[in-house]
Amino acid sequence: MAESTIKPLTLNFGPQHPAAHGVLRMVLEMDGEVIERCDPHIGLLHRGTEKLIEYKTYLQAIHYFDRLDYVSPMSQEHAFALAVEKLLGLEVPRRAKFIRTLYCELTRILNHLLNIGTYGFDVGAMTPMLWAFEEREKLMEFYERASGARMHAGYFRPGGVPRDLPAGLVDDIWAWSERFPQVVVDMESLLTGNRIFRQRSVDIGIVNKEEALDWGFTGPMLRSAGVPWDLRKAQPYEVYEEMDFGIPVGKNGDCFDRYLIRIEEMRESLNIVRQCLEKMPEGPVLADDQKVVPPRRREMKRSMEALIHHFKLYTEGYHVPPGETYTAVEAPKGEFGVYLVADGSNRPYKCHIRAPGFAHLQSMDYMCKGYMLADSVAILGSMDIVFGEIDR
Amino acid sequence: MADMEALAELGEYIASALPDDVVGTELTYGELTVWIARPSVLRVMTFLRDDQNCHFKQLMDITGVDYPSREERFEVVYNLLSLKHNQRVRVKLPAGEETPVDSITGVYSTAGWLEREVWDLYGVFFANHPDLRRILSDYGFEGHPLRKDFPLTGFVEVRYDEDEKRVVYEPVKLSQEFRNFDFMSPWEGMLHLPGDEKAQAAGGHGSGGHGEGKKG
Repeated sequence: MAESTIKPLTLNFGPQHPAAHGVLRMVLEMDGEVIERCDPHIGLLHRGTEKLIEYKTYLQAIHYFDRLDYVSPMSQEHAFALAVEKLLGLEVPRRAKFIRTLYCELTRILNHLLNIGTYGFDVGAMTPMLWAFEEREKLMEFYERASGARMHAGYFRPGGVPRDLPAGLVDDIWAWSERFPQVVVDMESLLTGNRIFRQRSVDIGIVNKEEALDWGFTGPMLRSAGVPWDLRKAQPYEVYEEMDFGIPVGKNGDCFDRYLIRIEEMRESLNIVRQCLEKMPEGPVLADDQKVVPPRRREMKRSMEALIHHFKLYTEGYHVPPGETYTAVEAPKGEFGVYLVADGSNRPYKCHIRAPGFAHLQSMDYMCKGYMLADSVAILGSMDIVFGEIDR
Repeated sequence: MADMEALAELGEYIASALPDDVVGTELTYGELTVWIARPSVLRVMTFLRDDQNCHFKQLMDITGVDYPSREERFEVVYNLLSLKHNQRVRVKLPAGEETPVDSITGVYSTAGWLEREVWDLYGVFFANHPDLRRILSDYGFEGHPLRKDFPLTGFVEVRYDEDEKRVVYEPVKLSQEFRNFDFMSPWEGMLHLPGDEKAQAAGGHGSGGHGEGKKG
């Protein structure tokens, strides 16, 4: 029989594909079932967030951050709030710091629940996703009770948080935190020992230390490769210094390690949540700076000064002195950074958003090479991709 | 947080190790900025990555900033992170519309998309980049949206056309002009009133709308 050569097949993955976690188009060059090259086309969800922020006051800009990675909204507000606070030299009250830490960790659980659920779904397990979404619903209720919104909270503002936690919320979070470990155990019982799940994820999408650093990996992606790096420990912000928690680190850098790290991180986050609830002090939740922080409603009714401040802050906003900063937080997906340039006016001159997923998705070509088509879905799922933050 | 002294020392060290390349260093808000000359970007980045006292193994971010009034209007900003020393450094260089910057994809793989983004949004050209295509904007997009002279509303809009059964591109039609208020306070920062050059004795507050307008 004459030898025949097969032309590499070009395959379009997406832009509308349930396993693409959003609108991702990947052009795959296939040799049979094996991926030879992978070219992700992004930007299909580009909304011009950075341009819009240049035309909004600092307070208005906060709300764009919720809409970036819409699975973990508060962590991103956090980076922007910290950046503005740094430029303003604003000190946040202690209680606000605890509330922020508490909600950052709730956000992390929120994010990892979604990721583990959908990742299991990508590789064929349906039940974990349903269980995870039930639990997410409870967490979003906590979001709603604190901020008034289930997802796009706008809760972390320069100076603290706008409202104190309502009565009874702390007790309810505590009650939830006592039940939650069982949920993690249940999820694990479905996935960790599952033969199909292991076949789809063990030794798939391996990254080693050097390459993880070279490709700019952060968060669970970097830790899965065995690099013990977490901004909460290395460059602590808020009250992470006072918290006692561990950083799970992987060994093999494969999809299964990334899954295990996320499971472990949920437990550690729960740990931090409980510590926050225990140690949370009483006190104000907003900084005492009338030129930045809007007055309380009650004061506005009686004080002319407060009324003027309120009017000025919600029309003109506050002016941030010229300067620039790169401020990063450990968002659930990795290092989320804000590079903010202020020119002394009431609007950011430039605000660049460093999204962890952007760097992760870039490495698709390197990570998928030589793996099967079905593995590309597993790799993509384990990266924890959300297009809101990648396309911005 | 990396303490200020260590960062100041690092800045001096980088400046002394690369005297021909580093233009200046600056320490503000506890963050170190190193200004370099444009042609030496590859040398500086390789040094920062490999030198024992730097070890900036991770490139976190590349972005541009547009200052239209400058002769070389863009600043290209690199944010690096060293896990070993737990330090960050910001490297900056000036670039114009016509002046290419050497691509650092050979030093950090992650620079590939980041440079594509800067090219897409600012139009800074990166020489020797393996694949310098647009990344965030639409297929066939024209212009560089994050430039300060690019309008927020853009130039084209898309809609689905029922007759043609496809998405069509049209010039942007605004039913109301985009309102961009000037909030510069007349008491601080404003040195002369616009339009107040003697001739306009009457009227006083010429243009500008000083902050009283509510956002539509």
